[in-house]
Amino acid sequence: MDIQNNKEQKFQTVIEPKNGWFDLHLKEMLQYRDLVFLFVKRNFVSMYKQTVLGPLWAVIQPLLTTVVFTLVFGNIAGLAADGVPSFIFYLSGTILWTYFNQCLTQTANTFVANRNTLGKVYFPRLVMPVSTVLSNLISLAIQFVFMIGFLIFYVVTDQGCEPNLYILMTPLIILQLALLSLGCGIIISALTTKYRDLAMLVGFGTQLWMYASPIAYDMGSMTVFAPGGKYHTLIMLNPLTPIVNLFRYAYLGLGEPEWIFYGISWAITLVILFIGIILFSKVEKTFMDTV
Amino acid sequence: MSNQAIKIENIQKEYRLGAIGGGTLKGDLQSLWAKIRNKEDPNSKIGDTSGLSKGDRFMALDGISFEVKKGEALGIIGHNGAGKSTLLKLLCRVTAPTAGKISYDGRIASMLEVGTGFHPELTGRENVYMNGAILGMTKAEIDKKFDRIVEFAEMEKFIDTPVKRYSSGMYVKLAFSVAAHLDSEIMIMDEVLAVGDMAFQKKCLDKMRDAAKIDGRTVLYVSHNMNTIRQLCDRCIVLSKGKVIFDGNVEDAIEVYMGQGVETPPCVDLASFKRTQASLVDGVKLKSIKVLDSDIWKIKVGDKLRFSIDIEATEDLTNIGYRSRLSAVDGSSISVLLAPNLFSCKAGEKITIPLEADVTQLVPGRYCLTPVLYGVNPYGGWQFYDHVEKAVTFEVETKPGFNENMEWEQKWWGSVKLPEITDLRISGE
Repeated sequence: MDIQNNKEQKFQTVIEPKNGWFDLHLKEMLQYRDLVFLFVKRNFVSMYKQTVLGPLWAVIQPLLTTVVFTLVFGNIAGLAADGVPSFIFYLSGTILWTYFNQCLTQTANTFVANRNTLGKVYFPRLVMPVSTVLSNLISLAIQFVFMIGFLIFYVVTDQGCEPNLYILMTPLIILQLALLSLGCGIIISALTTKYRDLAMLVGFGTQLWMYASPIAYDMGSMTVFAPGGKYHTLIMLNPLTPIVNLFRYAYLGLGEPEWIFYGISWAITLVILFIGIILFSKVEKTFMDTV
Repeated sequence: MSNQAIKIENIQKEYRLGAIGGGTLKGDLQSLWAKIRNKEDPNSKIGDTSGLSKGDRFMALDGISFEVKKGEALGIIGHNGAGKSTLLKLLCRVTAPTAGKISYDGRIASMLEVGTGFHPELTGRENVYMNGAILGMTKAEIDKKFDRIVEFAEMEKFIDTPVKRYSSGMYVKLAFSVAAHLDSEIMIMDEVLAVGDMAFQKKCLDKMRDAAKIDGRTVLYVSHNMNTIRQLCDRCIVLSKGKVIFDGNVEDAIEVYMGQGVETPPCVDLASFKRTQASLVDGVKLKSIKVLDSDIWKIKVGDKLRFSIDIEATEDLTNIGYRSRLSAVDGSSISVLLAPNLFSCKAGEKITIPLEADVTQLVPGRYCLTPVLYGVNPYGGWQFYDHVEKAVTFEVETKPGFNENMEWEQKWWGSVKLPEITDLRISGE
């Protein structure tokens, strides 16, 4: 032992076995913001490297889904909304859903997919899922521009689309979508470090979730879900439903927004996000041992 | 303000062996349910009472404490599984300790593996930024250092090529260069230099030494290459089974690691050694080797080593030679002691031959002998009858007056002290 100093040396960093529940290191995230943007860039660039069509793929995928939805659910099953062209109806739902789905499945996979990097060097682990959510924004933006193009066409040809001032709420809608998918994603990623069972459920679960949200059908076309219907409250409690509805109301003039449910949806989003961050910071220190 | 950079207090890291939990949620729930009802765990193995028990726990690190001063280059050595990498992982915050506390000042730049976070599709340039950011640099910092990083890595030509086209050497160079240019107070390296060529290895070692000596950065270096440890570090700790078994001077540490304190008995039964040489011919074998005039393998510097070998023949042979390869404990070769055409033998004969080897020019230290029996085959080439790798470790002890009582700088001067230079004026030639 050295000569006992009266003043114990103060160290800048101290590593101890466990995180407290609220030891979130959010300040550290700010220090690493450059890393977040580099990850975003990496994710985006590497996704379309060595493809001929490049970022066009971001459009092709939802386009094909929309065509299938239009044919199957719109024309054959007749579940699209009345009054607006079913193509734009499905397109608007699909791009929101694609974004949500991509973010959720990719962030849920964070620890497993990046264990090589995470196992060798330290940086705030939350950087990974956050950058995933941000990089998916780029694809969303491309798809969004694409949708606007169609929308303008439908408005000009007067086919029943009535965009209104609520389109100003778009950033809020996207933000909520991002936070919700981030929250769900990191809850799953935190739980899957030990039990991979949940990872199996993700693909299946998101599919179910899609059918529980008015993506492939219009709520008005199904009596149980329509306002006043038997399961109306239930489907509105799905936090995605008010988001999608508001989006379609703003751009297509479809339906009436139900603000109470929209508020509840925000509350659910924040609670999920909060739980997610806490769970994530709980496991981030030692997940390398179990992942 | 004291000058400690890292302080490690009683660190423990425990791993669970085998699959973690039952592997599935179901297995864990079963175990939990059994525990609640005070029943036996259905997932535990039958008769599981081994020392590891309690869920097959394994202490990778078992109560490690040490301190590192600022500007010190500390080497960490130990056999595989000694806990070196676990220790570095804890320091790099990749995982957390089970108990204990680590405190340090400043940023840690870690290179547990080369090219962490390198993305094969991105170019060298993009990866430099990526890797730098992962290591904790901001974009502005990397901008400032970018040219120096590329220059150090000697990669100007390839910097805009995707790294998936790089050779592994190029990969390492670029990755090391990024880590080396990070303005961190502490640098942690885990055998990353193994891939680069000699010239680059030397460059890296110099860079790390400068980092420690000139910039006052603290370097922690793990390697199995004792030469690089010697060149870089001024202190060394030896880990074994999760404990620090030695902490101090580099040469002593290497000896502890190499010999790990094994004393050679005065008479070595060579029959029990495994022969590692593949192409041995039958006919005559070494049975034992025994030190003469002493009961330990230890001589004073300047003395000759006297020992005897016992041989058993199974064929009639003539002109068999004996030799001992002489190596340092870290495995580097020093010389060979030859006894050509030593004996001839008849089938079934047992011979004991006393020998004296002139090792008077060896400097104090520990050395290994590898005894070999050889002869000439019908085609005029060598053939080997027996070969016992490092059968004996002996020690040459210093004595008063050796090298004018000055310390022999083994690191630079080697293990052999040749006769002193003759002044031709005095010898009168």
